[in-house]
Amino acid sequence: MNTGRQKRVIPGTTIFDGDVARKGYALNKMCFSFNSAENRAAYLEDKEAYCDKYGLNEQQKKAALSLQVLDMLAAGGNAYYLAKLGGIFGLDMQDVGAQQTGMTKEAFKAKLVEAGK
Amino acid sequence: MAKIVGGINVTHVPYIGRAIANNLQQDPYWKPFFDGFPPVRQWLAKVKPDIAVVIYNDHGLNFFLDKMPTFAIGAAAEYNNADEGWGIPTLPPYQGDVDFSWHMIDSLIEEEFDMVTCQEMLVDHAFTIPLELFWPGQHPCPVRTVPICVNTVQFPLPKPARCFKFGQAIGRAIESWDSDARVVVIGTGGLSHQLDGQRAGFINKEFDLMFMEKLISDPLWVTRYSIPDLVELTGTQGVELINWLTARGALLGEVAKVHANYHVPISNTASGLLCMESV
Repeated sequence: MNTGRQKRVIPGTTIFDGDVARKGYALNKMCFSFNSAENRAAYLEDKEAYCDKYGLNEQQKKAALSLQVLDMLAAGGNAYYLAKLGGIFGLDMQDVGAQQTGMTKEAFKAKLVEAGK
Repeated sequence: MAKIVGGINVTHVPYIGRAIANNLQQDPYWKPFFDGFPPVRQWLAKVKPDIAVVIYNDHGLNFFLDKMPTFAIGAAAEYNNADEGWGIPTLPPYQGDVDFSWHMIDSLIEEEFDMVTCQEMLVDHAFTIPLELFWPGQHPCPVRTVPICVNTVQFPLPKPARCFKFGQAIGRAIESWDSDARVVVIGTGGLSHQLDGQRAGFINKEFDLMFMEKLISDPLWVTRYSIPDLVELTGTQGVELINWLTARGALLGEVAKVHANYHVPISNTASGLLCMESV
């Protein structure tokens, strides 16, 4: 999958380039389907079957079912599409931020407020 | 010929839509953000635009990775908003201007910006929220619209220097339209924020404030940076500020600041507002 191109390394950050976009296509396509209320309901009905319908590989499926954002990113997920999956479970961006940084939600929110000072 | 009355750049976080729906404008969390808008609304009432050209990025409502245009433009009589999956109320349709869209397409492609043209186009929160902030509760929105969508999802993204030139071509397209229409250019997104990865929650106030200042006085300043530089400086989604740069380019020449506001945080985002007019 790696094309061998020199890539910029930014700690704690994934650049969603062609390599990641190829890797994550099925996962992102499933998340894109969650624009539809009917599809969101179908996912809740049978999550594994829904993942299979979209052709997620084992890594993607495990990551999606666990709702672990860093695992979904490692499986090629894109933040804009993953947010639609998070939305089904009422996760907001502070939940997601706290989870990825290993902080409590309150601590994560306080960090954001601090960044504005 | 059509006249550009000025430009407005603003942040487009989905939760703003929810705050509006729940009337939270005076809530302590939201007040510093919403209080930025009355001066902009007064300016709009004074300059009276007929049309808004809205430069934004789609977040997976109209476009997916199956077909991801770098630059796309609407050419529809009407643009619909739709469910994005986050429980934000869907807003009523926005009126387009098909003649103007096709004039812009002709002009932009003549200038070698090979647009993807869309006779049907759903518009997401990045398009609807700014209009809702500028013309609150006015349905239908009192201006006709032309959506211009810039890819900020899948890298490589158009580099800053290219976006500025694209903006200039948009400005020339507007000013060459044989019409007495008054046009406001709107750029949406940013400022610094990162939703994903261990660096989630990254904000860079110093850079944001410098960017807002330089956008007035020296817009080419930001073109010294590459897209990866901007990701490093402003976050994976902060890079949406290329929409602000594109809108600034469309104003063609010197501008003066009408009003600005900056507040951290709105959701995970540094929110910015910058209203400019030509001098």
